[in-house]
Amino acid sequence: MVAVMTRIGVAAAVAVAGLWAAGAQADTIRIATEGAYKPYNFKDAAGNLVGFEIDLAAELCTRMEAECEIVEQAWDGIIPSLIAKKYDAIMAGMSIKASREEVISFSRYYVNTPITFAVLSDSALVGTESAMEAITLGEVSAEEQAVIDAMKGVLNGLTVGVQTSTTHEAFMTEFMPEIDLKSYDTMDNMILDLEAGRIDAGYTSMTYLRPILEQGDDIAVIGPKMTGGPLGRGVAVGLRQEDTELRDRFNAAIDTMIADGTLSAMATEWFGTDISPTE
Amino acid sequence: MELSYLGWGDAGWGDEFARGALMTFAVATCAFLLSLVFGTIFAAFKLSSNLLLRAVADVYTTILRGIPELLVIYLIFFGGGQLLQTIALGLFGYDGYIDLPVFGVGTLCIGLSAGAYSTEVIRGAVLAIPRGQIEAARAIGMNQGQRFWRILVPQSARYALPGLGNVWQFALKDTSLISIVGLVEIMRTAALGSGSTKQPFTFFITAFLIFLVLAWLSQRVFLRAEAWANRGVRSA
Amino acid sequence: MDFELIAESLPRLAEGIDETLLLAGSSLVIGFVLAVPIALLNLSNNGTVRTLSSGYVYIFRSTPLLVQIFLIYYGSGQFRAELQAVGLWFLFRESWFCAILALTLNTAAYTSQIIRGGLQSVPWGQIEAARSIGMPGFMAFRRLIFPIAIRQALPAYGNEIILMVKSTSLASTITILEITAIAKKIISATYQPVEVFLIAGAIYLSLNFIVTRAIMLVEFWLTPHLRVDRRIPPVVRRTPAPVPAP
Repeated sequence: MVAVMTRIGVAAAVAVAGLWAAGAQADTIRIATEGAYKPYNFKDAAGNLVGFEIDLAAELCTRMEAECEIVEQAWDGIIPSLIAKKYDAIMAGMSIKASREEVISFSRYYVNTPITFAVLSDSALVGTESAMEAITLGEVSAEEQAVIDAMKGVLNGLTVGVQTSTTHEAFMTEFMPEIDLKSYDTMDNMILDLEAGRIDAGYTSMTYLRPILEQGDDIAVIGPKMTGGPLGRGVAVGLRQEDTELRDRFNAAIDTMIADGTLSAMATEWFGTDISPTE
Repeated sequence: MELSYLGWGDAGWGDEFARGALMTFAVATCAFLLSLVFGTIFAAFKLSSNLLLRAVADVYTTILRGIPELLVIYLIFFGGGQLLQTIALGLFGYDGYIDLPVFGVGTLCIGLSAGAYSTEVIRGAVLAIPRGQIEAARAIGMNQGQRFWRILVPQSARYALPGLGNVWQFALKDTSLISIVGLVEIMRTAALGSGSTKQPFTFFITAFLIFLVLAWLSQRVFLRAEAWANRGVRSA
Repeated sequence: MDFELIAESLPRLAEGIDETLLLAGSSLVIGFVLAVPIALLNLSNNGTVRTLSSGYVYIFRSTPLLVQIFLIYYGSGQFRAELQAVGLWFLFRESWFCAILALTLNTAAYTSQIIRGGLQSVPWGQIEAARSIGMPGFMAFRRLIFPIAIRQALPAYGNEIILMVKSTSLASTITILEITAIAKKIISATYQPVEVFLIAGAIYLSLNFIVTRAIMLVEFWLTPHLRVDRRIPPVVRRTPAPVPAP
């Protein structure tokens, strides 16, 4: 009886594994991306996933001598699905952030991008003076706090848009809780609403804004460019906490790309400026 | 409105929409068939004399008709894998990812929701068959299988078809919700296109029209089927 | 199961109930007001009018609500200048307005069919009878047509209310903070979707349970004539046939 039960159990396990367990293919690293965050990852009109992170993933996999598969995943469920082992890594413009580090781990960062406010070119906010060009959050000095407070004064009574569950949203709720906030499922939808005039400003990354700024002249950027603190410590590969070996492999591959200048070249190609780490 | 965005090939989104429409149709068809399976099982439960089976069926229809389909999708997408993994780990010690393909889970979600409606349709259709017919079949010595296939199925199909037509429309429309978890069907194609071209109206009106055409075509199929099922019935 | 999380998120999710009910309630009320004329047009003898109203119903019943919501919300953004020119932009600017508009147009289409079915269920003989005793049109409507039609339509309308409560969850996709959107917000901080979505589901289920009960109560009030007498019937003693004396 026990033997029969065991055999049924094994057969079922094999069936389950055979049917569903793509995870059993040990050599393939499955990398999730969102496909709606230009120029990190997006879809061209032919329906292909393209972008900085798609190129970067291909290069990293070559250097790790691994087979890679890119999986498309909506931003909303991207962390739960990593934990559930739907894929093994996330490369979706995701910043290293304390609250995320409680549930997943990160590789070293591969780009670090400042965050700022985007407004319509015909908005009264254009030309807002800022005493500082750039601010590093985290330990905010009195001078930096003054700049943030000034910005808060400018935005008082207005509505700011962010993408939901992002570091940008975290910044707004931590530093400017008084400002009306609208959260969008994608940044593209936020920009659509900025152009439609439903929000007065969008708080998002310079790298996302750059191609939009280059394409047309209907959007402008105001205020200081911010990094650090709730905005995280740079964009990195998101991994499961227990997969330390995979993290080391990613780190080593990123290091070699920094060392021979390929990462810098790739960043410049996609972002128009080198936002890769120097070491 | 710029129609060149809807061209065929690499520059336009026409071929993406065509692929999306095929995906929508495929998910809706599988989900609809699945809903018939759920519907038949739970309708049988509801009609059974066993109190426990009736209670199970009532819980199923109450829950799936009472909570938004969007939540059903989120729950199964995020919770279903987790649940299966717990079971796999507990029973077989299997600690890998149980990959729930978007297509399969999407079909399951819509099939479950639509199944709650199918249950009521099928139950009503079975109840509409005059009891005397079953008794007559029994009297001439038909066994249970014969009674099911020769009396119950063809007759209830006639009563159920209009209701099932509604269930199909429901399944077809609900496929748009699967776009939220990333299945590239009509709605997701429209969302991606509108984001990348900044022409939301163009893309969503296209999606709207494709759904309209699909609904119209499938309605014609159901009307045909109804005419076929009623072929032996004299009408005024 | 993380019961601490459940206890923490329940009050936050409950804050979204107001928004959900407000969305469902306002669109149901406005939708009903719109549905009455649509149903009447649907029954009209004028072919053009009938085609128009049934075309409207057909279009809104055969397309997904999510597509309608996105079309109205993001689609209107593409015509901001035109809408501003005619002075309507201040409405379309609000995600609230767009959600209610989509939900209203949707429920109006369904409700009109429910009303039409109810009106058609009134037996023609009854209307003839009313006419023959000289009842004026409105009185016949108030005393006869309306009471019969509403009893017929009520169960279907109850289902429609439940569908609307469920449909409000789609408003979460256009930045409205109702129950589903709050659930997603909590998940974005805790990454524990199952617990949070389960409570959200339970809230919707309870709301719909209350709706179902309320409809049953109204049905009970409206159909006193169908009420089964639940009192135990008095025992009728059958006098046994007299036993013939031997």
